[in-house]
Amino acid sequence: MIDLVWLIPVFPVIGFLINGLIGRGFPERVIGWIGSLSVGTSFVLAILIFSELLGMDAGSRSREVVVYTWMLSGKLNVPIGFLVDPLSMVMMLVVSGVGFIIHVYSIGYMHGELGFRRFFAYLNLFVFSMLMLVAANNFLLMFVGWEGVGLCSYLLIGYYYEKKSASDAGKKAFVVNRIGDFGFLLGMFLIFTTFGTFSFTEVFAAAPGKLPAGGLLITGITLLLFVGATGKSAQLPLYTWLPDAMEGPTPVSALIHAATMVTAGVYMVSRCSVLYAMAPVSMTVVAVIGGATAFYAATIGITQFDIKRVLAYSTISQLGYMFMACGVGAFASGIFHLMTHAFFKALLFLAAGSVMHALSGELDMRNMGALRKKVPYTHMTYLFGTLAIAGIIPFAGFFSKDEILFYSFERHVGFWILGAVAALMTSFYMFRSVFLTFYGESRVTPEAARHLHESPPIMTVPLMILAFLSLVGGLVGIPIFEGLNRIGDFLKPVFAPAQAIINGAAQQAHAAVSHGAEAHHNVGLELLLMGVSLAVAIAGLLLARRMYITEPSRPDKIIEEWKGVHTLVYNKYWVDELYDFLFVNSIVNFSRFLWKRFDDLVIDGIVNGVAEVTRWFGAGLRRVQSGLVKDYALSILFGVLLVVAYLVLR
Amino acid sequence: MIPIPAINLGSILPALILCAAGLVVLAVGLFVRRGAVTVAALISLVGIVLAFMTNSPLRALNAEAFSGLVAADSFCWFLNILILIAVGLTVLISAKYLADEGMALPEYFVLLLFCAAGMMFMVSGNHILVIFIGLETLSISVYVLAGIHPAIPRSQESALKYLLLGAFSSGLFLYGAALLYGSAGSLALPALAKYFQAGSTSLMAKAGMGLLLIGFGFKVAAVPFHMWTPDVYEGAPTPITAFMSVGVKAAAFAAFVRVFFDSLAALQVNWSQILWVLALVTMILGNLAALVQDNIKRMLAYSSIAHAGYILVGMVAGHTEGTSALLYYLLAYTFTNMGAFGVVALVGRKGEANNMIDDYRGLAKLHPLLAVTMAIFLFSLAGVPPTAGFVGKFTIFSAAVKEGYVGLVIVGVLTSAISVYYYFRVVMKMYMEAPATEPQALHFGPAVVVGLLIAAVGVLYIGIFPITYLDLAAKSVMPLF
Repeated sequence: MIDLVWLIPVFPVIGFLINGLIGRGFPERVIGWIGSLSVGTSFVLAILIFSELLGMDAGSRSREVVVYTWMLSGKLNVPIGFLVDPLSMVMMLVVSGVGFIIHVYSIGYMHGELGFRRFFAYLNLFVFSMLMLVAANNFLLMFVGWEGVGLCSYLLIGYYYEKKSASDAGKKAFVVNRIGDFGFLLGMFLIFTTFGTFSFTEVFAAAPGKLPAGGLLITGITLLLFVGATGKSAQLPLYTWLPDAMEGPTPVSALIHAATMVTAGVYMVSRCSVLYAMAPVSMTVVAVIGGATAFYAATIGITQFDIKRVLAYSTISQLGYMFMACGVGAFASGIFHLMTHAFFKALLFLAAGSVMHALSGELDMRNMGALRKKVPYTHMTYLFGTLAIAGIIPFAGFFSKDEILFYSFERHVGFWILGAVAALMTSFYMFRSVFLTFYGESRVTPEAARHLHESPPIMTVPLMILAFLSLVGGLVGIPIFEGLNRIGDFLKPVFAPAQAIINGAAQQAHAAVSHGAEAHHNVGLELLLMGVSLAVAIAGLLLARRMYITEPSRPDKIIEEWKGVHTLVYNKYWVDELYDFLFVNSIVNFSRFLWKRFDDLVIDGIVNGVAEVTRWFGAGLRRVQSGLVKDYALSILFGVLLVVAYLVLR
Repeated sequence: MIPIPAINLGSILPALILCAAGLVVLAVGLFVRRGAVTVAALISLVGIVLAFMTNSPLRALNAEAFSGLVAADSFCWFLNILILIAVGLTVLISAKYLADEGMALPEYFVLLLFCAAGMMFMVSGNHILVIFIGLETLSISVYVLAGIHPAIPRSQESALKYLLLGAFSSGLFLYGAALLYGSAGSLALPALAKYFQAGSTSLMAKAGMGLLLIGFGFKVAAVPFHMWTPDVYEGAPTPITAFMSVGVKAAAFAAFVRVFFDSLAALQVNWSQILWVLALVTMILGNLAALVQDNIKRMLAYSSIAHAGYILVGMVAGHTEGTSALLYYLLAYTFTNMGAFGVVALVGRKGEANNMIDDYRGLAKLHPLLAVTMAIFLFSLAGVPPTAGFVGKFTIFSAAVKEGYVGLVIVGVLTSAISVYYYFRVVMKMYMEAPATEPQALHFGPAVVVGLLIAAVGVLYIGIFPITYLDLAAKSVMPLF
């Protein structure tokens, strides 16, 4: 069964081809179900492979399936191959599973939209690219998927291309991603010149022996790769494209934020855990950037009124947690959080889409309120998602977030403080969105109120499935108790080599101060931290309740008191404007200068010159290519003379 | 008493079957009136399939037949397959074309089959005279085919031009052969090889080699012997243009490679420098001239000149790598160009009225599948992965880099970058522009659909799974080294 892994990305391609090539004239339902079932089939296959993997010995759960070698030229060997191990397995399950649910939801959500077929074709292509990315067994094939998700996100974010903001957002995502991709590409080339191969297993096996830990080269490689990750996973400083990316249809946001695209960076860093473990400086950079992003994005999330924008910043913040986990060496916790986040973030986005659907496209939470009774299923599921992301026991987010906070504390208390404060803010702004949207007074415009309705079952059933997953998804990783952290144990073999390197380095460091390394969990500490993070989450909930239910006038007063700070944060620290000023405008100005001075003189000269040459060439060609046989014969004779003269006279 | 040489018909069986099929078509054509074209096409296809089946033993045979006049080896096996694919696809795209143009001419298929038989003699010839006879069989058939369209004067004009210049180049070829005979005392390739290996290089022999090179250069349309190509390709009926651009080129290149690597290998320093220059100017001129064309057949004609340039790079690189890359390239080019011209024949409609690049505007809206197919062929011509064209270019260029011809490869890469412009111009027209106000309906036929499907699948299949075919090509050039 494992040998069939290549079929997992193939099914979405079949869906893409059917809808893209011959889908014209198919009714909407058929197109939607072709698209959905192609991904669903991948999911079923992934489950089958997963169960086979579970049946194998824990140590041997890693298999490379090389379908074939595309090209073989000297040192360059380009295999089309897949790597099946616990890490890629978790990713494949999440991508195809959550992707499938989002596809089904889209059938209802996109109903009646122009370009329904185009939408599903792109969606399938998106899932295909992501599956290639996570299943590839070498950097080159991974890069194909990496570029593929970039392209698809551009197409899907700019889906409403007649809307300027949408096509601008698409372009922004594309350009920012390109900056990151450039780093990834450089890192990849460095890896190839150093190791002479693109294969994951070969590179990771060779790395510890070939390069000194902490050396310049390994640090350079990992940092360059991380630049790619910050672009794709929207971390500081390349996060600006993600909030704009919600210009696309809501299911696309769900797909980008939850299952595909943004998780690519976290996956890549985890995949290269061995390389990162060898470069402590890079690890610290990853942890600091992750922690800072988690904190920074959460502050912005507090002030936003656009429901999708709140969720967008929460995604950036949650991704920060995952990177922080990777940076402190807790790769498995990062992946665990990636999985639970995929559940509840897809849920939150789809529920937000359902709210929009009910309110004829309204996004501003100031025009919502008291929707609880009107859209009961949406309300219930959104609440589940919020409980999960806020980290209320026993919802999924509690376990994964708590694990990350615990490991951060072990590494450095500073990371823990960043994470805990960000968790407080997360809980606050998420419940704020719940109270503003579903509770309190209704501020819905009369126009929208007349059309107010709950979404059809094709949309609410996916919501309920995701809500269920958000509730129980964390139970696969219960900490403290031996054997209950199933996902951690499952992923352990993948990260064991990296862990060994980290522990080895730690032991050396500790030995210097004669301080025995204690890698075991400190149960008491862990319980304490758990209590703290639960308390923090509940504090956020109560604070939000106090401000938006009990005393609705409070927020305005606070805003009044903290006007300066609020304006700064509300405008997202003016980072977009700063980038515009620093990069975009200066590039525009520089370009204008080039255009005025350089362009007119040099480029125009060249272009006109080229046109002139082409015209001259065309005219010359016409003269030579006269259509007269004698001229043609003359040309042959000319060649004869040259060739024979060369041979005879030489 | 004169000993009777051993006659081994098995070694030329595929060619014999094609000839026999041609004779059958000729005979049947006398009696069948209605549907003669369909019957002729069917008989031709049967002959081609039979020839295909009898071809496979040649691969392992590796023997000489008819007193060493014919070499039955894996090289000829590979090229025979290529020729059969080309002629088979030509038959498939011709049937509809002939019906549309009202040309009830079964002899069209007869000539096609004889032409393919000539090609087979050419690629298996182990003696310059056999190669010449094959060349003439092929040429005379093509001269007639190019001018077979009764209603288009341009068709007859092109045939006459091709005939005159072809006769001119045949004369040069024969003169070269005569000079070689005068020096070496034989025209058998092994004897020539022995002569040159002995270190004897008279000026006469060198001049003879130069003239042979020009004779081949004319057939493969290398600059400056290319001038006939645009006129003839534009004037000839489109399926014949397809056949010429693929089959004739492949057969000529095959004989070119066999003669020059088998018997003139000792002079490689001399001729590879000439080929270096030819490759360079052919790539540059072919691609630049294609840029300014508005007629798609003319554009593809210049593009086929440019591709001859890339293939010449493979010859310059030489050795197993270069020549096997060349064979793979020919295979890729066969599928690609047959397909592209097949679409042109289909879009062209009656009287070849729609052969301008502008006529492809909005094709994606009207016939999305046809547009996708054409796009695949154009991508392959431009060398975009994962098509066969990319793998072909990549292997040829990497073989050349390995032999140190970096400058030539840089020019090759730059000119292929230029070529992207004129290939993608057609793609842009198909996808980005609105169709003409009143598009006429296209008439598809089952044969042409099957033909285009085979070509498209071929382009993608050998592009996505190239290793097997690169291996086959590498094994096929073994007899030459």
